[in-house]
Amino acid sequence: MTTEHTPAGSEPTVNVAHDEAGTNVEHDTHDNAYSGLLVNDANWAFGTDFEDPLAGVDTTVPEGIDAADLGVYCLMLGDDALVFSQRITEWCAGAPDLEEDIALANIALDLLGQARLLLARAAAADPNLVPELPEGSPVPDEDRLAYFRNDLAFRNVRLAEVPNGDFAEAVAKILIYSTWRLSIFERLADSRDTVLAAIAAKGVKEMSYHRDFAGRWVLTLARGTEESRARLLNALDGLWPLWTELFETHPAEAAVAAAGIGVDPAEVADEAGVIIDQVFAAAGIDRPEKGGLAGVGVHGRKGRDGLHTEALSRMLADMQVVAREHPEGRW
Amino acid sequence: MTTDITGSTASSGDVSVEELEAQFDATIEAKDRIEPRDWMPEAYRKTLIRQVAQHAHSEIIGMQPEGNWISRAPSLRRKAILLAKVQDEAGHGLYLYSAAETLGATRNELTEKLVAGKQKYSSIFNYPTLSYTDVGTIGWLVDGAAICNQVPLCRTSFGPYGRAMIRICKEESFHQRQGYELLMTMMRGTEAQREMVQESVNRFWWPSLMMFGPPDDNSPNTEQSMAWGIKTHTNDELRQKFVDMSVPQAEALGVTFPDEGLKWNAERGHYDFSTPNWDEFWAVVKGNGPCNEQRLAHRRRAWDEGAWVREAALAFAENQAAEATADRRTAPAADTTPAAGVDTTTPEETAK
Repeated sequence: MTTEHTPAGSEPTVNVAHDEAGTNVEHDTHDNAYSGLLVNDANWAFGTDFEDPLAGVDTTVPEGIDAADLGVYCLMLGDDALVFSQRITEWCAGAPDLEEDIALANIALDLLGQARLLLARAAAADPNLVPELPEGSPVPDEDRLAYFRNDLAFRNVRLAEVPNGDFAEAVAKILIYSTWRLSIFERLADSRDTVLAAIAAKGVKEMSYHRDFAGRWVLTLARGTEESRARLLNALDGLWPLWTELFETHPAEAAVAAAGIGVDPAEVADEAGVIIDQVFAAAGIDRPEKGGLAGVGVHGRKGRDGLHTEALSRMLADMQVVAREHPEGRW
Repeated sequence: MTTDITGSTASSGDVSVEELEAQFDATIEAKDRIEPRDWMPEAYRKTLIRQVAQHAHSEIIGMQPEGNWISRAPSLRRKAILLAKVQDEAGHGLYLYSAAETLGATRNELTEKLVAGKQKYSSIFNYPTLSYTDVGTIGWLVDGAAICNQVPLCRTSFGPYGRAMIRICKEESFHQRQGYELLMTMMRGTEAQREMVQESVNRFWWPSLMMFGPPDDNSPNTEQSMAWGIKTHTNDELRQKFVDMSVPQAEALGVTFPDEGLKWNAERGHYDFSTPNWDEFWAVVKGNGPCNEQRLAHRRRAWDEGAWVREAALAFAENQAAEATADRRTAPAADTTPAAGVDTTTPEETAK
């Protein structure tokens, strides 16, 4: 990552060897922009083949675990991360300042990385989940899942998909998502599925930063100017109806929790609530008084059931357009 | 070597402007670095601020054309690569604004000049990205041309600029390889994908050649910038070098460049090529490119819409400081006054 910022008035911290005349002696290696472009040397940015994000990992489903349950659970978690990442990338080149642009890109990259691992895990656990493409298509499983399912097959919570608002909305949404998700991943790091446990352990480190970034901005906006406080309160009001859905137990989650491979989100409701309340207390704001957003139909189906807001199909239409034009494409 | 003008030593107060100039000239002559604490001619300082600012603006505006395809990148791996690349460009902007700050400018002031249209950025970013393939082509040709321009800047006479460029060139080189690798991969895909690559290369070849700026006989600032060691190669030298390097790359890729005049000249030991359409170049530089308005409007909107956030951060910092020490209030000054005067020199011309 290239986030180093040199404060005004001091020199950049790049250390370069100088010869006696003081000129940079490294320049010969830079002189030809194309040197080595054609040879597949050790300096290649990436290999020319797709790397499986779970390459080298034993993805055998442990004994006594229902592969279909594990698969659908990974799909749910993977869709949360993918859809939320996609929303956050919309900030790219549009944030209030360069530091925030870089930070938001970092968060989106972390979530995208989690999504790749979780979708790959879902596909490895239950190949029946993976959409079929024409014979011989080189599209890997994670991309088949991301690009060749319709919105009704996406299992993410609706918080992840709602359209972006202003910067206050962005940090409030990241705070809510990461607080909820961190509590789940901290427990998921003990999953009986060692692959899922490893993915969660990695995610805990990443989302601790996300929560910290968002929490500091919530504090700053709450105690900054009248306008920033008003915008933050407005953003929280708009997002709060999506809070309760995060802690509702879907039957698939109950099944994996019972099998010791997943986490029942209802179990983390108290902990996540306490953490949010601590942030709100420091910021001098109250929890919004808003009820939960209703589901659809007699069973009140929501995100985990594949029932979404209007925003999701529109987002997917944009995200999937190039991939769907080339179902046999190689990228 | 450095020249102390801080007045902290006994002798410096007596040094005349002529002596300072002589020391500055000697530093340039020895191809040594000028550092922020050193005395420098005002014109050198102003030229550098303008060039470094234009370079920083180019990085920031340059986030937009490729950013246009992040949401539609056709694989998750490519999405991650593209997002990381655009993020790197924001980082490059940060280094460069920091280098400009060592010359006495502020990032706010320079950004205000950019959004007011008073400072320019590289014209290549005024061309649209019409296909995801453009991400690869920009990496290969546009970043390739930028590297040709920027590698000599690693040895530029102003220390902070040169050191920032070393780091930037390393990352640009990484991006270029990623771009070329994307095109290579697509060429191994379907027929439709191969057509996409050729179509994209056709659109970006000439604008890439124009990135080196106008021909040497129409480049008014080159001479002074070369004398100061800010610029070390002429526009036409670098353009020729770029063509010579690109042709074998295109052959390896399996694409052609849209120029019937492109052929090897054994006598010169270089490729001959046709004259770029300089009327188009000047039209784009003067604001009539396909995306000039769009790029600037996007940047202005982001800057304006972020104003309340930046104000809140300042107010919060002030409140914190006031709470910490009730009697010692530190109020960071937000200097956002843009200086008057529209800059008409193109980055293509200065950034050598």
